Amino acid sequence: MRFVRAVAVVVAAFTVAACQSKKPETQAPAAPAAAAPAASDRVLVGHVGSMTGSEATFGQSTDNGIRLAAEQWNAKGGVKGKPIDVKTYDSQGKPEEAAVAATRLLVNDKVNVLLGEVASSRSLAMAPAADDRQVPMITPSSTNPRVTKEGGKVRPFVFRVCFIDPFQGTVMAKFARDNLKVTKVAILRDVGNDYSVGLADFFQDKFRYLGGEIVTDQSYKAGDQDFKAQLTAIKNKSPEAIYVPGYYTDVALIARQARELGMKQPLLGGDGWDSQKLYEIGGKAIEGSYYSNHYSPDDPNPRIQEFVQAYQKRFGGIPDGLAAQGYDAAMVAFDAMVRATAPGGVPLRDAIAATKGYPGVTGIITIDENHDAQKPAVVLEVKGGKSVFVTSVSP
Amino acid sequence: MTELLQHLVNGTSLGTIYALIALGYTMVYGVLKLINFAHGDVYMVGAFAGYYVASALGVQERPTLGKAVLVFVGAMAITGLLGFLIERLAYRPLRARPRLTALITAIGVSFLLEYGFQLPSFRTQAANLEGALRGWGVAVPAWLSALFARLPAEFPPGPTPRFFPEPFERVDWTVLGGVHVSNYDVVSLLVAIGFMVALQLIVFRTRFGTAMRAVSFDARTAGLMGIPVNRIISGTFVLGSVLAGVAALLVAGSRPRIDPIMGLMPGLKAFVAAVFGGIGSVPGAMVGGLALGLGEEMVAGYTSSSFRDGIAFAMLILVLLVRPEGLFGRVTVEKV
Amino acid sequence: MTRGGFLLRSLAPFLVALPILWLAQRSAPADVTIVLISLGVNVILAVSLNVVNGFAGQFSIGHAAFMAVGAYTAAEITVALREVQIAGLPVEMSDAVVFAAALGAGMLLAAVAGLIVGVPSLRLRGDYLAMVTLGFGEIIRVVIENTKFLGGATGISGLPPYTTIVWTGLGVVATVVMARRLEASTQGRALLAIREDEVAAEAMGVDTVGWKVRAFVISAAFAGLAGGLLVHKIQICTPRMFTFVKSMEVVVMVVLGGMGSISGSIVAATVLTLALEWLRGLDQYRMVIYSLLLIVLMLTRPEGLFGTREAWDLLPRWLGGRRADGRAP
Repeated sequence: MRFVRAVAVVVAAFTVAACQSKKPETQAPAAPAAAAPAASDRVLVGHVGSMTGSEATFGQSTDNGIRLAAEQWNAKGGVKGKPIDVKTYDSQGKPEEAAVAATRLLVNDKVNVLLGEVASSRSLAMAPAADDRQVPMITPSSTNPRVTKEGGKVRPFVFRVCFIDPFQGTVMAKFARDNLKVTKVAILRDVGNDYSVGLADFFQDKFRYLGGEIVTDQSYKAGDQDFKAQLTAIKNKSPEAIYVPGYYTDVALIARQARELGMKQPLLGGDGWDSQKLYEIGGKAIEGSYYSNHYSPDDPNPRIQEFVQAYQKRFGGIPDGLAAQGYDAAMVAFDAMVRATAPGGVPLRDAIAATKGYPGVTGIITIDENHDAQKPAVVLEVKGGKSVFVTSVSP
Repeated sequence: MTELLQHLVNGTSLGTIYALIALGYTMVYGVLKLINFAHGDVYMVGAFAGYYVASALGVQERPTLGKAVLVFVGAMAITGLLGFLIERLAYRPLRARPRLTALITAIGVSFLLEYGFQLPSFRTQAANLEGALRGWGVAVPAWLSALFARLPAEFPPGPTPRFFPEPFERVDWTVLGGVHVSNYDVVSLLVAIGFMVALQLIVFRTRFGTAMRAVSFDARTAGLMGIPVNRIISGTFVLGSVLAGVAALLVAGSRPRIDPIMGLMPGLKAFVAAVFGGIGSVPGAMVGGLALGLGEEMVAGYTSSSFRDGIAFAMLILVLLVRPEGLFGRVTVEKV
Repeated sequence: MTRGGFLLRSLAPFLVALPILWLAQRSAPADVTIVLISLGVNVILAVSLNVVNGFAGQFSIGHAAFMAVGAYTAAEITVALREVQIAGLPVEMSDAVVFAAALGAGMLLAAVAGLIVGVPSLRLRGDYLAMVTLGFGEIIRVVIENTKFLGGATGISGLPPYTTIVWTGLGVVATVVMARRLEASTQGRALLAIREDEVAAEAMGVDTVGWKVRAFVISAAFAGLAGGLLVHKIQICTPRMFTFVKSMEVVVMVVLGGMGSISGSIVAATVLTLALEWLRGLDQYRMVIYSLLLIVLMLTRPEGLFGTREAWDLLPRWLGGRRADGRAP
């Protein structure tokens, strides 16, 4: 009885509070959010990335790309004479940390523009903060459509410079049907990874629409070492290819174990495959498999080769897709700052939204009405221990 | 039919690994009544130890049988030492305290290993420190800089997975019309059985084993009878850790990706296997390991593979509710 | 004590806290707000876990799962009712009612989850209980990840930002009041008896399993409250936010503060949350520091900062202190 009374008291207290707490609530958003730090003589770029944790290479590559862009602009005198600084906070691979880091950059450090994150779940955590403070945010590599458009409404201050998962899934579906001419495909998705699940779903829809058949849909968890159960089940259904839209660490092992079971089908995947480790761990097993990506480092286009060489000189090693995306995100931001009346806030947002035909290293970037980038994707084949360009697919 | 046989082979291969790790759990629990949460991470350290020894010996470029043996011995030695140190520094001081304290400490050790190995290498950390010091205007003496530059650049390994070179060459056989078996699977099974037999012999036919059983029965009385309890417990830990090291090498050799959190899941699952078979029983750990491996394989292969990890936990809950002492365990009645 | 007096005494902490929280909310800049809310959530988690780990002496390490249940429930409700306005109320009040209902539902479902987990688990002791709670925690998370309706791995995004300092502060007050009341009550005494010596308590006629389950359910409910508050601040709810590591972070707070001490849990949660903020540059060392802290603590001072004592026992009697002889006010 006492307990029931206690609960009743709690409920009553909350109801009492409910009437009062809303008033301060309405005042906060009505107050104009922090104006663009126009008076400053430096431009500050904030970056939230997973610098530690199991996806550390994603964050580190992106960070390198951003810093390279900033250094190149600074060498030419900065943005309208103002030097560029880059400040990076670690999201540790967690959405709640990404939200806190973004808020810090926006409120404490008062950045002109916010870049990040790679994973869509973390970008989703950052987006509301950017909208609230009216600071433009550009995600270099988040491919989930909800990052820029939630519930039918486009987020006012969030942009991306990469394609979205519906497109990426479609690309591989079309490639499988048109280029590889297969009709039966199995899917092996990372059920704990929103990127993988999203891509798998979009691939599935498009592939079926094009007349193909998904013979089976299996799952794994990132970090698993043993995939033979799923692969044996897949083998039994005799698909002609296997779509594995996961991250490179697991894909490499999956490829090995598939070959150990005597499976010869090619694997298909997405930009999560993009890493040197794929070839290192995958070895011969991953040869002859295909994946969609943002760019190809051996694209002979001089713009891309310049970037690859500059990156190699500065950081050593060939830039992966994430570094290229980071670079492009920063470059688009700087380009917009030059066009904008002020390097921040609403003017910068409008300038970014007006980006048309910007020559990025990951393709010609045009921002559409959904704040997404309309760009082609490339399909690469793993051959001879590296990725080789096969074809380019436009939206 | 081929599919079923292949699943059996896969499940057995998986199960022997769980069994090897479970043997370590079960032995330690037997003498200390402690769930050594850090056991899965000792397994992980074993894999990395093998990796470092293999790198030092250049196994990837020129693999030889001698080098493979050295890799095994080296990894076993390092894991054994680690087990000894953990027991000595973290568990022995807590022997008189409530078991909960030791369990919390075990979890602490586990996290320490996992996250410690995810730190960037000592050399990188030192470079960061140097950079930070310089940024605050603190002068860094030259000798310190030189010392920093001599720190290992490869340890701790960091969170990025590494490729583990094959200790001995992989041979695949196709039998019974389509079932793929590799020599690694066969070796794992033989090694697991071999160790189980050896352990049973040790436990029931040697003085050390008798002492172990005495300590697990009642440590105080065993001490009063003149048994060097501390030494027995240390020895048990070392033995269990060595087994974990062997399991790690077999796994790393056939599934060549290693990373600092590779021990978490296998550790938990091996614990489930040990409980299922009856914690404290050596054949129980073996049976439990195989049962879990096969169960996991069958469920993942024939029904939904997304619940794969959940199977182990479901099994744990089921066992603890239905028959908490496990298959081979003794029913103990708590006396006041 | 009269009914009116009782009601007044129960509401007193809330009424006292309200103006303070309101002021804080109006004056705090955005980054301080987010830290304060994180702090409040951690305090709720630590104090609620203390009810099980500290009062009842049962080692539960699956707390994050109840957080998840509460968070997802509240999230589903607020997202579904996003555009709905209760007739006759201005928008803000309607939102507040929806939020309160969502939190309440979250607490209720978390309590149910606590019941489902508690009934089978609490028959077990010590290490086994720990493993089973860990197992259940993982199972709940796996189920969430595989359920499309709950958003699967992507989770639920676009949650309305209902959580404010006032709401969080009220949650903290509610949790602390609950814990204090529980400790001082007959039920609480039963739990303490179970902690001290379960067999003796059973022999004295205390329904050990029953009381343990009740403690578990209450603890789970408040974990659900914390979850609901947290996700409505960062506006996203994913399964990866509620892993075993999160559970252990809460365990560290409880152990550091002293299992059985409410003030200890509050202090430890505060210290650890603020330390995390302050040491942002040392992020990669955080878990290493946590684990070293655990080990050193267990080796040197396993009872934590306050043991089973409370900081406010030092206060004079009329403020709620307790005399050294243990007599309650």
